[in-house]
Amino acid sequence: MAAQAPAMPAIRLSWWIDDPRMRRMLLRLFGGALAVFIGIPLLTLVLWSFAGEWFWPNLIPTQWSLRWWQEVLENPRVIDAMVLSFTIAPVVTFLTAVVAIPAGYAFARLDVPYRRTLLLLFLIPNAFPRIGLYVSLAVLYYQIGLIDTYWGVVFLHMIGTLVYMTWITTATFRSIDPHLEEAARDAGASPLRAFFSVVLPLALPGIIVASLFSFLASVDEAQGTLIVGTPHYITMPVLLYTLISSFQRPVAAVFSVLLALPSLLLLVVAQRYLHSEYVAAGLGRV
Amino acid sequence: MAEVELRHVTKGYKDTTAVDDVSLAIKDREFVALLGPSGCGKTTTLRMLAGFIRPDAGQILIDGRGVTDLPPEHRPTAMVFQSYALWPHMTVADNIAFGLRLRRLPQAEVADRTARMLDVVGLPGVTKRYPSQLSGGQQQRVALARALVLGPKILLLDEPLSNLDAKLRVRMRDEIRRIQQELQITTVYVTHDQEEALTMADRIAVMNRGVLQQVGDALDIYDRPATAFVADFIGSSNLLTGTLRLAGARPVAQVGDARIPVEADGLADGAAVTVSARPEDMEVLREAAPDAFRLDDTRLVNFGAYKRLLGRHPAFGQLEARVPKAFRLGDEPVYLRFTRARAFAGDERPRG
Repeated sequence: MAAQAPAMPAIRLSWWIDDPRMRRMLLRLFGGALAVFIGIPLLTLVLWSFAGEWFWPNLIPTQWSLRWWQEVLENPRVIDAMVLSFTIAPVVTFLTAVVAIPAGYAFARLDVPYRRTLLLLFLIPNAFPRIGLYVSLAVLYYQIGLIDTYWGVVFLHMIGTLVYMTWITTATFRSIDPHLEEAARDAGASPLRAFFSVVLPLALPGIIVASLFSFLASVDEAQGTLIVGTPHYITMPVLLYTLISSFQRPVAAVFSVLLALPSLLLLVVAQRYLHSEYVAAGLGRV
Repeated sequence: MAEVELRHVTKGYKDTTAVDDVSLAIKDREFVALLGPSGCGKTTTLRMLAGFIRPDAGQILIDGRGVTDLPPEHRPTAMVFQSYALWPHMTVADNIAFGLRLRRLPQAEVADRTARMLDVVGLPGVTKRYPSQLSGGQQQRVALARALVLGPKILLLDEPLSNLDAKLRVRMRDEIRRIQQELQITTVYVTHDQEEALTMADRIAVMNRGVLQQVGDALDIYDRPATAFVADFIGSSNLLTGTLRLAGARPVAQVGDARIPVEADGLADGAAVTVSARPEDMEVLREAAPDAFRLDDTRLVNFGAYKRLLGRHPAFGQLEARVPKAFRLGDEPVYLRFTRARAFAGDERPRG
């Protein structure tokens, strides 16, 4: 006779998660807290950038001014840094894509030996304090003459962006039914043609998200650029660091807003591609 | 003219043999069904025909020409996938025209052939829609049109109806057969559904565990199964294991204390056998007879057009018989007589 497990009275510790109304309320609470957490500092930043006079304990500035904006936008160093940042980021993104798209495809489709190990290998630069990596990279750059060069900065940025892009494109290609590709082959397409006609268009949302991450990561990178790019290749965040250390708070605020704007703009443009699964893949869930 | 031939084709994966030395010749315009349970190697065989999988050994010939080493894009085959595999980012027209455009046909001809093929599959006027806007049955027709528009010599279908509901499946079954007859195209059809195979195919190739069990028309397969596996897989059968006795006037299988008269071609006396008898070859008696076996724990299962009588026998275990729909169970005992049973070599129960 089959032994029947005695029926246990169900003790539900998670009743408050199971109750839909409770869940909705928790979700709102959590979402609200998150918005406050992210929104308040950003809002403060905007207020500071327009502040003429703002002393404790006032909640908002007592005088408004465009002085700081004028000061920043008239500073030639700022304009140079902006131009540099936005000429480096597209190049970094493009080169990353050229490497990461084939790599992602290979990881997703081909029988790459030690696939997981290789993918994890990509993460190593993220696993240790970056500054150590950058210092040793700077030593290498000195030896091969890449220090304080445009390409030196580009390659440094790519260390980080390659990880995002390879992981996201791997997940994207894996989510595409291999039969779609086979059907193209069956209809007479060469492997390359099948890739460009079927796989690439279907992978485009994931690739766009990955490119977005790469672009923003490049625009944001400061530590490494500071080490290998000075004195001639000063990007926006590097300049921002300098400004913060000279305690010009409103100027730094203006600068931060300037730095955040392109990111916000890109996110708004690309939000319809931001499926959570791609983002999750970027965070290491392949 | 389009003949296909598989010669001693074998394909293995790590520790299993997916397809084991399969040889099969398919004639021009013939509709052959590869039938078997999942994992029997039928899809692997089809994918080797299409060129997606390279056999480890053996040859594949189309019209006498070896195609074993050709990639799918260079084979005169067209495949309909189980998941349809329609390209979601292309309209129906673009899906169908894809192969034609690859061949650089003039625009007008592409449009003309696309429209004509949609007519053939009975789906005119959906050219501008996307696959996701179509029902499962419509997607199926588009997939069929996409395969046929290139005028392939061989049409390959991989369980094309398994994602449709029962009613639609029957309709698409007849439809596919009609189109195949109309276009006179050699067709290989993979299915695990015996009804599909029996109703559609000219010949059926039954596979199990990578081995081709039997090739024949529906009647052959049903009435003269070559192995116990085929007897069990096609239709349903009462299966018993016993020992063959050839001493008497006609061969009998000894199962426990009971003896069942069997057909046993070419088997030796004393051989371990599997006895198979179809439910319709069981006669139901209301009173004891010398060659009838009493059933206990009887019950009836209603199939609408007929009923099945199920019961237990101390030596045979569970038995079933097909009975008319008016059949009722009373208080009196019920006896079964085997009117036709076959013995197959080996006492191992066939497994899927």
